[in-house]
Amino acid sequence: MAEKKIRVLTAKPGLDGHDRGVKIVSAALRDAGMEVVYTGLRQTPQQIVSAALQEAVDVIGLSVLSGAHDYLFPRIMELLKEQKMNEVLVIAGGIIPDEDIPHLTEVGIDKVFGPGTYTTEIIKYIVENVPLKKAGASA
Amino acid sequence: MAQDSKTSKLRETLESWDKKVQSKLDKHPERKQEFETISGLPVKRLYTPVDTEDLDYGQELAFPGEYPYTRGVQPTMYRGRFWTMRQYAGFASAEESNKRYKFLLDQGQTGLSVAFDLPTQIGYDSDHELALGEVGKVGVAIDSLLDMETLFNGIPLDKVSTSMTINAPASVLLAFYIAVAEKQGAKPDQLRGTIQNDVLKEYSSRGTYIYPPRPSMRIITDIFAYCSKEVPQWNTISISGYHMREAGCTAVQEVAFTLANGIAYVDAAVKAGLAVDDFAPRLSFFFNSHLDFLEEIAKYRAARRLWARIMKERFGAKDSRSMMMRFHTQTAGCTLTAQQPFNNVVRVAFQALAAVLGGTQSLHTNSMDEALSLPTEQAVQVALRTQQIVAYESGVAETVDPLAGSYYIENLTNEIEKQAREYIEKIDEMGGSPSAIENGFIQREIQKSAYDYQMAVEKGQRVVVGINKFKVADEPPTSILRVDPTVRELQIEKINKVKAERSASEVQASLAALKKAAEGDENLMIPIVNAVRVYATLGEICDVLRGVFGEYKPSTFF
Repeated sequence: MAEKKIRVLTAKPGLDGHDRGVKIVSAALRDAGMEVVYTGLRQTPQQIVSAALQEAVDVIGLSVLSGAHDYLFPRIMELLKEQKMNEVLVIAGGIIPDEDIPHLTEVGIDKVFGPGTYTTEIIKYIVENVPLKKAGASA
Repeated sequence: MAQDSKTSKLRETLESWDKKVQSKLDKHPERKQEFETISGLPVKRLYTPVDTEDLDYGQELAFPGEYPYTRGVQPTMYRGRFWTMRQYAGFASAEESNKRYKFLLDQGQTGLSVAFDLPTQIGYDSDHELALGEVGKVGVAIDSLLDMETLFNGIPLDKVSTSMTINAPASVLLAFYIAVAEKQGAKPDQLRGTIQNDVLKEYSSRGTYIYPPRPSMRIITDIFAYCSKEVPQWNTISISGYHMREAGCTAVQEVAFTLANGIAYVDAAVKAGLAVDDFAPRLSFFFNSHLDFLEEIAKYRAARRLWARIMKERFGAKDSRSMMMRFHTQTAGCTLTAQQPFNNVVRVAFQALAAVLGGTQSLHTNSMDEALSLPTEQAVQVALRTQQIVAYESGVAETVDPLAGSYYIENLTNEIEKQAREYIEKIDEMGGSPSAIENGFIQREIQKSAYDYQMAVEKGQRVVVGINKFKVADEPPTSILRVDPTVRELQIEKINKVKAERSASEVQASLAALKKAAEGDENLMIPIVNAVRVYATLGEICDVLRGVFGEYKPSTFF
């Protein structure tokens, strides 16, 4: 039986237009055999969560370079919890100061990737952690 | 001819030298099979007079201050005065940013450059739902004339020149500026500065668009027309390659896409009935300074020459100022690493040097900590000092265009001009850059270059110090600048205060007049200036225009 493809939603919450990173990551994940849907710019937390729900994704990848992650990421996590989407792996990237990471982890972001991260590292993380997350959520 | 026989003699000796070198390569191989610039242009082992034998000095280079301006737009360049040292700054509230501007002016900065937050750049007041989390983050929040008065409090607008990175709502921010200047007692014709006002690159790379392309182009040409009469020293647009380069394109693409956008603006203005020499002298440009030092120098020279030729040959410009490409440069933010951030000081220094050797009119040097957060005051100071060291200590500013005549630089200048011209022809065939953006051509080209670059880094074909080589295990923590999270509440208080104190009927009448102008073909600047004077907010003005023009909805692909 062919293995089911991992489904990923990549998204740009907030108003920031820096999309070089998110597009490179989206293309790299696609080239690694995943199904990738990219939302485009200026997405509200609600739009991202309903897109994730509708697309039935395994992974959400968020990218913010404006500093608005401090408001937007926790808000997205709140909405995911409301939807009981606790089996979805949530990763993030952009300009996220190290000192912000503990709080983001606390609200449920699984992993924050900083500038300079290789796409191969992100792919490896997703492949390893999607099953773990699902197992954890159903346990 | 004597010159010809000299070159053919040289050609022969070069061939035998080449053979000699080839024969030793087995024993002493070069580092790589093939060498290329960061943009992928091939680089030969050696450049000689053979590579520049077709170069006609008068036609291709000429003297500085003379067509085609390859060597610079002024005859004395930095011997007259240095480039304007202009650090892009702004964060949190108008009060905080005003303090930073005064600090920078005290430190010897010679012009201001205003960074606006994203809600301002997209035409939303701070109390808009979409502004949540963004107020004051990447720049200063400006909602009404009140904020602009605070921003420039104690800064004489008849004396400083101010660059504002504002695009879709550029008309509104320029109107704020004019109104503040009037309150300070300055006249519009004394004002010097720049609005970015380059919406085409917002669609292709920067992302702060509001309206669809057609009405956006109308707003831009309205600004050209208004300023040519009312604010004649103002640079009405800064046609920007910077952001496309940041998004990943190559040096050739940067020149090509920027000039293609320039052509589109000139076309639109001419179609709107403006005479080319009435507005073209106020067009300015904005380029990136990336890592490949020599390629960047050649890029500026090629861009200058190509623009001069386009303006003369294609648009029939007569005024020499219409043909002169004046440009601002910023060092490449995308080349900064979060790892070992002190290394960025060195990267920025080389990039600054390239911009100066390329003849820039103004320069922003990035701060070492910008891959981590907004820059701290200390990091900004080092960045500004870098420019001052280039200016006062390095000696490169003492003569004009010192690298001219270098076989490699001239060869590369020719190559970049040639390849950019080919791209522009391709874009012309698609119907110009608005169509090439609409059909996704420019975005795809940028994305492909960005992806290829990332893969070259990941495979180790391209070394980035501190990323894929010369890494350190433990990065020490660095201090970062944080924006006060209560800025949004403060802004909302100010909006409420403004709305309570202004005359509601005056505002309503001014917005109604704006709507009528937008529906017809009256120049929009006049009703916008009238609206800001009675304290209509940025969001209110942009909402009127959204109502008439609609909003741009991009197609998304990767």
